[in-house]
Amino acid sequence: MSENLLKITNLHVKAGNKEILKGLNLSMNKGEIHVIMGPNGAGKSTLANAIFNNPIYTRTEGDIELDGENINDLKTDERARKGIFMSFQSPEEIPGISVTNFLKSAKTAITGEPVKIFAFKKEIENNMKELNMKEEYASRDLNVGFSGGEKKKDEILQMLTLNPKLAILDETDSGLDVDAIRTVSKGIKMFHNDQNGVLIITHGTKILENLHVDYVHVLVDGKIIKTSTGDLAKTIEQEGYEKYKNMAQHVDDAEKEESANV
Amino acid sequence: MSDKKKTQVEEINRNMYDIRNPEEYSYKTQGLTEDVIREISAQKNEPQWMLDFRLHALEVYEQLEMPSWGPSLHELDMDKIATYVKPKTDMKRSWDDVPEDIKNTFDALGIPQAEKESLSGVGAQYDSEVVYHSIKEDLKKQGVIYTDFESAVRDYGDIVKKYFMKCVPVTEHKFVALHGAIWSGGSFVYVPKGVQVDIPLQSYFRLNAPGAGQFEHTLIIVDEGASLHFIEGCSAPKYNEINLHAGCVELYVKENARLRYSTIENWSKNMLNLNTKKAIVEKNGKIEWVTGSFGSKISMLYPMSVLKGDNSKSEYTGISFAGHGQNLDTGLKVAHIGKNTSSVMNAKSISKDGGACTFRSSVKVTPGATGAKSSLSCESLMLDDISRSDTIPANEIETDDVVFSHEAKIGAISDQTIFYLMTRGISEEEARAMIVRGFASPISKELPLEYAVEMNRLINLELEGSIG
Repeated sequence: MSENLLKITNLHVKAGNKEILKGLNLSMNKGEIHVIMGPNGAGKSTLANAIFNNPIYTRTEGDIELDGENINDLKTDERARKGIFMSFQSPEEIPGISVTNFLKSAKTAITGEPVKIFAFKKEIENNMKELNMKEEYASRDLNVGFSGGEKKKDEILQMLTLNPKLAILDETDSGLDVDAIRTVSKGIKMFHNDQNGVLIITHGTKILENLHVDYVHVLVDGKIIKTSTGDLAKTIEQEGYEKYKNMAQHVDDAEKEESANV
Repeated sequence: MSDKKKTQVEEINRNMYDIRNPEEYSYKTQGLTEDVIREISAQKNEPQWMLDFRLHALEVYEQLEMPSWGPSLHELDMDKIATYVKPKTDMKRSWDDVPEDIKNTFDALGIPQAEKESLSGVGAQYDSEVVYHSIKEDLKKQGVIYTDFESAVRDYGDIVKKYFMKCVPVTEHKFVALHGAIWSGGSFVYVPKGVQVDIPLQSYFRLNAPGAGQFEHTLIIVDEGASLHFIEGCSAPKYNEINLHAGCVELYVKENARLRYSTIENWSKNMLNLNTKKAIVEKNGKIEWVTGSFGSKISMLYPMSVLKGDNSKSEYTGISFAGHGQNLDTGLKVAHIGKNTSSVMNAKSISKDGGACTFRSSVKVTPGATGAKSSLSCESLMLDDISRSDTIPANEIETDDVVFSHEAKIGAISDQTIFYLMTRGISEEEARAMIVRGFASPISKELPLEYAVEMNRLINLELEGSIG
């Protein structure tokens, strides 16, 4: 029996005065990989950020549960310590803090225990090798002067090191060359097991090639309007979002009609 | 203490800086008059030339105006400053002989521990007089002199007379003249030709008496081909009265010599820190300034490198951190005189809670200083929008054959950077501290490990509770 990992119910989220998520529902079990696709501006990144309580966004309604626990009122760092991770579209640069030292601080913060330095360094070294990251990056300042590809690999390195229950990858593949996408994909495969879940926000299917995707959700205008098995991603890549945009329009119209009738 | 130093930053104990010992002294003078100066000189049993020097400096002091620029010094009333406070002890060569309460203060500050672990000599000044001085035997055998300044005047009178206030003449500004008149304590270092002092010497200045001034004199001569790392540390407990620090540091770096002068200053926030430092660097010599300014109410401090000899070099790495009610006006002056001289400056400042940091750089390249290179960089970080940060460059370049660059950057911590770190499980407070530590790391990297840890600890202290 698979246990529930993430359950989002009727989530409404605003950025400033603009409502972006308009009653989103999503449920994911442990051991699953879910993909979210959707046109630009549909609310995909907002969803990722809302799960993490980014102060830019305000949740006005709805619930987010992780592992059966409501996390609505938890701060960002508390959510991370509950086991959520997010790979950023544009990872921040932190001058003066090396990749290794940062990973050490983060790991300590997440587990509440000091790391065993030698084993930890070894683990980072191995993971970096797997991700085709040059050794020198371990001692470089976090993301400072990294290329787009290096930054994304560094996000995956963080994911492997912090070993969360839920990893959200927000367009980690965008702007990457084919080799880098394969590396990211490999990282996801290394990370994924039957006790954790991966939520991949993407426009492409390259990143999914070697992964078993359980569900693909289509997010249009703040709502998930279609959920299907992994094959849907391919169809969308070929056909685009046009017909889903119309579907969203229909859903809206239907709702308006419904509320007008009440 | 030593256990705490090993851990990165978690251990926070503000108390150690705030130990206030009851004010006990064997002798004290108030204000600034000719009689006061005669008293101080008599207490020190000084030669006539030094008394004459002091009296001359007093005359200069009375003629010079207060600075017409920078932070306002209206709170300073020289009549209220205790100009000389002699602690109830003579100078000791062993910590065991230092009176208990004074020794406890230095214990809490970690000085005796540091002496054992990472220094080759220590001087400790308490109020106006040096209470402890030591130097490792092997350095002594190599002819290195490290002693308190009073002993130097007595035992090495000829050298002192030759160099004392020649690098920084009393006419330079009002507080240098004040210093010349009532200097007390400080250190004298002489490193003979070719001697490399690999392990640093440190002088620690502790001002305990409320409303007092500290006017220590530091004179360092690094002879040809020799090298030295000297560290000065300073702190004081907090009082309501205004305290004054007007020390003077004179550094002579001879041909092919190298001197690194590091300062970790953590004066209490009732201190006016009007210190003067200057180095004269001869051919192929190098001066390296490493400075961390955390404390004081007002600081006006602009170390100067005089690159006199050909191929001489100056490197400055400094950080200042101004919190609530603090105005840290710091900077660097460089005079390029010899040929092919070079100066590099990397200054950083952090301000928060309405604190103000100003960084003034003044580079002068004289007509003969062909082939000079100067590269200046100023970076400021403001932790909120009520704090201030200013960069004021003033450069005078009188030759064409120069490579000169100046770069200034002012920044704030973005919410999204904090958010990013928090998604990695790091608390908001720690995220801020991490960004600030990262910002300061080019400076902490220049310090010996213990002091780097100390600086990180000070940063955390300053940031403690800054999250509303």
